[in-house]
Amino acid sequence: MSNPMTQTPANTGTMMVKGVVALIAALLLFAPFLFQDTRSLEVAARICIFIVLVASFDLLIGYTGIVSFAHTMFFGFGAYGAAILLKQMGPGWTPVILGALAGVGVSLVFAVVIGLLSLRVKAIFFAMITLAAASVVLVLASQLSHITGGEDGIIYKSPDLFKTATKLAVDEDGKVLRLWGVRLNGKLAAYYFVFATSLILFLAMLRFVGSPFGTVLKAIRENEARAEAIGYRVVAYRTAVFCLSAAIASLAGTVYAVWLKYTGPDTALSFSIMIDILLMVVIGGMGTMWGAVIGAVLMILAQYYLRDLMGAAAEATANIPILPQLLAPDRWLFWLGIIFILLVYFFPKGIAGTAMERGAAKGGGA
Amino acid sequence: MTALTQTLGRAGGVNLLPVFIAVIAFVLIGAPSSWITLTVAGLAMGMMLFLMASGLSLVFGLMDVLNFGHSAFVSFGAFISATVLAGLGGWLTADSWALNSMALIAAYLAAITFGLIAGWFFETVIIKPVYRDHLRQILITIGAMIVAEQTILAFWGGTPFSVARPAFLEGSWIIGDVSIEIYRAFAFALGAAVFVMLYLVLNRTRIGLLIRAGVEDREMVEALGFRVDRLFIGVFMLGSALAALGGAMWAGYETLITPHMGADLMIVVFIVVIIGGLGSIEGTLLGAVLVGLMSNYVGFLAPKLALASNMILMVAILLWRPNGLRPAVK
Repeated sequence: MSNPMTQTPANTGTMMVKGVVALIAALLLFAPFLFQDTRSLEVAARICIFIVLVASFDLLIGYTGIVSFAHTMFFGFGAYGAAILLKQMGPGWTPVILGALAGVGVSLVFAVVIGLLSLRVKAIFFAMITLAAASVVLVLASQLSHITGGEDGIIYKSPDLFKTATKLAVDEDGKVLRLWGVRLNGKLAAYYFVFATSLILFLAMLRFVGSPFGTVLKAIRENEARAEAIGYRVVAYRTAVFCLSAAIASLAGTVYAVWLKYTGPDTALSFSIMIDILLMVVIGGMGTMWGAVIGAVLMILAQYYLRDLMGAAAEATANIPILPQLLAPDRWLFWLGIIFILLVYFFPKGIAGTAMERGAAKGGGA
Repeated sequence: MTALTQTLGRAGGVNLLPVFIAVIAFVLIGAPSSWITLTVAGLAMGMMLFLMASGLSLVFGLMDVLNFGHSAFVSFGAFISATVLAGLGGWLTADSWALNSMALIAAYLAAITFGLIAGWFFETVIIKPVYRDHLRQILITIGAMIVAEQTILAFWGGTPFSVARPAFLEGSWIIGDVSIEIYRAFAFALGAAVFVMLYLVLNRTRIGLLIRAGVEDREMVEALGFRVDRLFIGVFMLGSALAALGGAMWAGYETLITPHMGADLMIVVFIVVIIGGLGSIEGTLLGAVLVGLMSNYVGFLAPKLALASNMILMVAILLWRPNGLRPAVK
């Protein structure tokens, strides 16, 4: 799937992709100052977290070629870990850290069990078994309502630093200091907490992919039998990477729980999030890491803003039968599904992968 | 110990598992009348699951294609048959046994016809370009499932759709203090009939021989000059039609259906296929009956564990037999 030529530094496609990613990173870094309304900040934070989530899924699907449907399950473990402890122990950093550790611990146990159980038989079993496991966890989360809050989820307070009332800096009058018109309050701190942790996790994954371990993973993806023959234990490597991606997804879940101050089945566990992640990774481009960034940004922007557009389109076509129903804002997944199928057919490498390959072909020819 | 194993093997081996579970459940439940009701419900559910799962299992066995969009046929079958039944409401409420069953047959035929056509379309348009590429197969069939579910939402809306049942299948038989819902008995009988038919086709006809040979070693069958790909389209269409029929029967069983029913059932269908082992309809039947019985018994004994019980069953069986109970694919 990956083209060895894409690894050479001098090619326009790769430069372009990296340029776009750098631009996105810059926009996200200054998001609170550039887009000064609550909804935009919400979108920016969601983008940060989903970049990590999608990139960690890309570790699995793009670098080993196995499809897991349990990624939201791990995300949910992290989110619920922090949420339950924040609810029980009150706001503070201890419950966040303990919750993150608990989430990662539970995720690792599940990942090892699922991995050893299914990866040793057939990679295809893996997809089915993760799907079954994830659905069981979803049902459990909505049924064990005394712990998880059931369908309603849990509402709690985040650490004091992130309260909107917290003043990071004050002027002479004792009011919150404004920088370029933005109040330096707890909301800002919360956003930068999300941004910084996401950045750290993403860079860690980038480093991991470039390490010798990452190279072995690529070898397994390209030719499993050969990698095994050379002497790499394919099952062990796959299980290890499954654990790693589970742990990172769980951490992303914790960060999301702290940001949102609410955790419920719809925000942390539902199957639709899994579909979103899948769409993001495929649209962006599997096996590139950069693709995760592009895919997450496009999908989330579409989620928040495409619906408005579709509502207008549905009104415009109100006289034609059926079409308005398909153009209704709630049907946006229908169109994404079709785009998704076409992408898998014609551009299986996604946006980033295709751009990198085109650029490489041009660069090689010149 | 070996003597015991041999005796068990002669008596049916893994096929005894459902009996084994039924006996344990009998002891745990204690009341024979509820045990019989639950067993009938479990068998009926197992038969419907078998219809939904058999196509998936055969398709995988024959062509190594895993169709995550299989559940779309189940939901479409349910919604189409429910719509036909709603349209023929007059026949359903009529006091005539013949008209009642005509309406039911029309509904099932509509579902089956849809399954055949949609299966053909699905195979040629969606799956054919991605043979032998599991990753893209999974992705594309997931995409197709999303589109199918959204199409159902667009046509039928998101509110639960209530399904009419023909009058003669309403109510239950009461024998002593045991009550058996007629619809369950009917579902069991229809499912069993389909299984027998499938079994005979696979084991007594030339086409069946080719299908079984194809499952075992496709390349060899191709080398002998048979067009396995054509055979495969046929099996795919049949599997889709059976899934649609299963969905139609399930709609009558639940009486209230939502567009998400396919996705919910998909999990159970996967568990059935994994437990049974890929590629054999006997394995699928065994898995379906096990899952059906298990969920009914556990649903009665410990309702909160109902779905987890299937998962536990699957884990236990995979630990014991990593390829499922009766796989045909090696």
